[in-house]
Amino acid sequence: MAQTLVKKDDDIDDEDYSPFLGIEKGAVLQEARVFNDPQLDPRRCSQVITKLLYLLNQGEMFTKVEATEVFFSVTKLFQSKDIGLRRMVYVMIKELSPSADEVIIVTSSLMKDMTSKTDMYRANAIRVLCRITDGTLLTQIERYLKQAIVDKNPVVASAALVSGIHLLQTNPEIVKRWSNEVQEAVQSRAALVQFHALALLHQIRQNDRLAVNKLVSSLTRGSVHSPLAQCLLIRYTSQVIRESANSTQTGDCPFYDFLEGCLRHKAEMVIFETARAITELSGVTTRELTPAITVLQLFLSSSKPVLRFAAVRTLNKVAMTHPMAVTNCNIDMESLISDQNRSIATLAITTLLKTGNESSVDRLMKQITNFMSDIADEFKIVVVEAIRSLCLKFPLKHRSLMNFLSNIIREEGGFEYKKAIVDSIVILIRDIPEAKESGLLHLCEFIEDCEFTYLSTQILHFLGIEGPKTSDPSKYIRYIYNRVHLENATVRAGAVSTLAKFGAMVDTLKPRIFVLLRRCLFDNDDEVRDRATLYLNTLGGDGAVFQTGEDVKEFLFGSLDIPLVNLENSLKNYEPSKESFNINSVPKEVKTQPLAEKKAPGKKPIGLGAPFAGLPSSVDAYDKLLSSIPEFSNFGKLFKSSSPVELTEAETEYAVNVVKHIFDGHVVFQYNCTNTIPEQLLDNVTVIVDASEAEEFAEVASKPLRSLPYDSPGQTFVAFEKPEGVPAVGKFSNMLRFIVKEVDPSTGEAEDDGVEDEYQLEELEVVAADYMLRVGVSNFRNAWESIGADFERVDEYGLGPRDSLAEAVNAVINLLGMQPCEGTEVVPSNSRSHTCLLSGVYIGNVKVLVRLQFGIDGPKDVAMKLAVRSEDEAVSDAIHETVASG
Amino acid sequence: MANFFSSRDSCPAVKNILILDSEGKRVAVKYYSDEWPTNAAKLAFEKSIFTKTLKSNARTEAEITMFDSNIVIYKFVQDLHFFITGGDEENELLLAGVLQGLFDAISLLLRNTIDKREALENLDLIFLCIDEIVDQGMILETDSNVLAGKVAIQNMDVSAPLSEQTISQALATAREHLTRTLLK
Repeated sequence: MAQTLVKKDDDIDDEDYSPFLGIEKGAVLQEARVFNDPQLDPRRCSQVITKLLYLLNQGEMFTKVEATEVFFSVTKLFQSKDIGLRRMVYVMIKELSPSADEVIIVTSSLMKDMTSKTDMYRANAIRVLCRITDGTLLTQIERYLKQAIVDKNPVVASAALVSGIHLLQTNPEIVKRWSNEVQEAVQSRAALVQFHALALLHQIRQNDRLAVNKLVSSLTRGSVHSPLAQCLLIRYTSQVIRESANSTQTGDCPFYDFLEGCLRHKAEMVIFETARAITELSGVTTRELTPAITVLQLFLSSSKPVLRFAAVRTLNKVAMTHPMAVTNCNIDMESLISDQNRSIATLAITTLLKTGNESSVDRLMKQITNFMSDIADEFKIVVVEAIRSLCLKFPLKHRSLMNFLSNIIREEGGFEYKKAIVDSIVILIRDIPEAKESGLLHLCEFIEDCEFTYLSTQILHFLGIEGPKTSDPSKYIRYIYNRVHLENATVRAGAVSTLAKFGAMVDTLKPRIFVLLRRCLFDNDDEVRDRATLYLNTLGGDGAVFQTGEDVKEFLFGSLDIPLVNLENSLKNYEPSKESFNINSVPKEVKTQPLAEKKAPGKKPIGLGAPFAGLPSSVDAYDKLLSSIPEFSNFGKLFKSSSPVELTEAETEYAVNVVKHIFDGHVVFQYNCTNTIPEQLLDNVTVIVDASEAEEFAEVASKPLRSLPYDSPGQTFVAFEKPEGVPAVGKFSNMLRFIVKEVDPSTGEAEDDGVEDEYQLEELEVVAADYMLRVGVSNFRNAWESIGADFERVDEYGLGPRDSLAEAVNAVINLLGMQPCEGTEVVPSNSRSHTCLLSGVYIGNVKVLVRLQFGIDGPKDVAMKLAVRSEDEAVSDAIHETVASG
Repeated sequence: MANFFSSRDSCPAVKNILILDSEGKRVAVKYYSDEWPTNAAKLAFEKSIFTKTLKSNARTEAEITMFDSNIVIYKFVQDLHFFITGGDEENELLLAGVLQGLFDAISLLLRNTIDKREALENLDLIFLCIDEIVDQGMILETDSNVLAGKVAIQNMDVSAPLSEQTISQALATAREHLTRTLLK
């Protein structure tokens, strides 16, 4: 004893004093050897078990070997008669949850305890044995368990009944045989026995509706005295009511009187259970609801937080279905706004928001504003959501509610909270047209100072959709463009897309948007630059302001019809080969059910966005395509295929572009046609080409397109013969000819008879550049030297007045169709002279190198010195001719 | 066990009982639901619920909060924090009754000096008490007198609750228990 006292003195300053200080698993396992002593010291053993339990409780894991060892030594302790120690042994065995072969060791000891005269042994042995046993053993002890259920000692009976509840999950057929005993136990005078017996009886019968019905009917006549059992009975009663409501349509609720009587029970637990059950009755009338609401209202002013919470939470749920029934509680509810327990206060606020009428909104908002500053984010989110639904309910109040949201969005808060506010504002903008402009401006102001990239990009995206539709779209541009300066790359890229959307949707803003987008071309992030370049090119930012076509809009901003997961998988599976990746090959089926439902109404064939990628675009693919057509198979090797040239305006009925395929002695025009009219099917589509302005060309073959349904691109071809090896040029005028058939949009079936029709396409030119392949060289100087000066041709040209040197350089590069080398296509600004190096392969596989020296001669007049070296004199001359005639 | 916790019409169920110290460290915990399968998940739950409730005043009356779709009822005394967790459909008052039963039983067992030190010194009693109040999630007993009686009485007729003992019996029990702890 003295020793202990000294020890305590030592540690007296130590706040962290613990009898388990420095406890270590290894040492405790060593200590556990005392269990094996022939002379057991119960006290010591108890302490060691406590230590073991402490270790397990702290999350320490025993290895399989350790656990087995401990288990075996613990079983030795059954020799001791000490009750305290025996209790610890029971707990320990349960904690160790021994394996089946280990269980056998203790079975006999536990069975002995089960039949012991000591009630405490009996009760605990039953619990332990049922916990660790399996089905086979259960049949052996079943007899004892049945006896235990009706044991006069409530502890023993409860132990058997609770064990029965757990065993029912694993061995239902055995436990179901105990019905009679359990039924007897329901009548027990001991409160807990009744509770456990009722729970078990109900679970045994839960699949037999009639039996449950009978059980409830008999018990509601009043033989239940335990509050816990009464709670169960109320649950079972409302279950019966729910199930009978489905079959019988009578208005009177059979057990309502019983429930109402339970509202006058002396235990609060039962009163509350009843009130909650009544409020959850389906089709409950206001009259039936009133007594329950009255009881809950009393709870609202209880001194116990748990009671207030339970009441306000239930009333909150009632407010969703019967808001009028709850309004009586509004005064009590308002006083709860200042409740110390913020969970209660939040529930009170949201209940008030649900029950409040239009006139009380402003007053409520005032109260909430004070309240918002001192609650945690999770509660604020609940409030924000409640305000959102309130605003949807009273759209006229959108001003004050939107103001509230804009105020709180400026305050400190975590991501989830800010997201809830942003989501709310977005929903209000969508659903309340009057709130749109102010809401958008609030969002704009928010992204000025938003630390969450996700929210910034979401808002930018949303601005891109809604902003252009407002009365004055220009006022949003500043906010958006600011993002390009001040934010990280992700937000910058988002802002670029949003700017482009404004540009695409609002024609008057186009020139200004292009200026801004051009500035983005110098961004230091790839994605931002790429987006800016893409938008500038597709929207016509290269100078000409024209109306942006629907197809371009669809391509840029339309939704992708393909599930991203499928696209990702297809891209992963795609192996770089001759076949270019075909987006049409991506399956559109959505695997998961919810997504499929979402997709169904919006099902729409791919717009014009896809065909570009869908068609073979590389020379190899074209080569394959053309050689598969018998008419063209003898043309030899494909020299070059141009990029598609549009022959129709955007947004016309039929979209046609052409690809020029150059062969040694032939030219093939591939017309890619798309029918954009859903009500039409085009049959026998051909292009009539008039080559009167292309003297050297003679039409040799054409391949019509048999059928062109809506929005699924098809190709028709026309082939010309030309002098072999000669870079013949010329102009071709085109006329689309076809038989048009009406299509019933609802059935998708076309009529049998069609009408022949024609459609004028734009002219097409074959130019010198078509005969030149852009093939670069890595070291221009070496190549220049090695090719030698044998066929060098040098001349000087005046290019006339030009906007800039760069423009002149670009013009010549495009004219020749050659590949600029060593980055010489870029002209430093303000420079007055420039040298550009080009390389390429001319038709007939002749290598050509060009050195261009530009100089500004006088005001804006550009002069150029052209030096050509090639492997063929004629080719060098041809280049000069091209320039001279261009 | 999952079945046991899921059904709305089933018996009231307790998901866990926690007794933590003033720093949120475990004194004694017991989980009945497999909602927190690993020790790490359990510790994370304890940490967040401890932090969340730390500032509230749950000393005179038990307090309550919702946490991850669970109801948590808690009560603090000295440097001990008691928690009980149940599903969000659970009857709050019923859970509060269980917590109160545990709390009062431990007060009786520790002779009204409930603090961390005393609790650790008598950890065996705490373990036994938790063992007697809930069995695998099922409420076993909520009457604090019966609970304390089951735990404390070592060699007497266990069916008699503590309140029915004579004073001399109670003193004897107390004396026995005191010497036992001092001799540890």
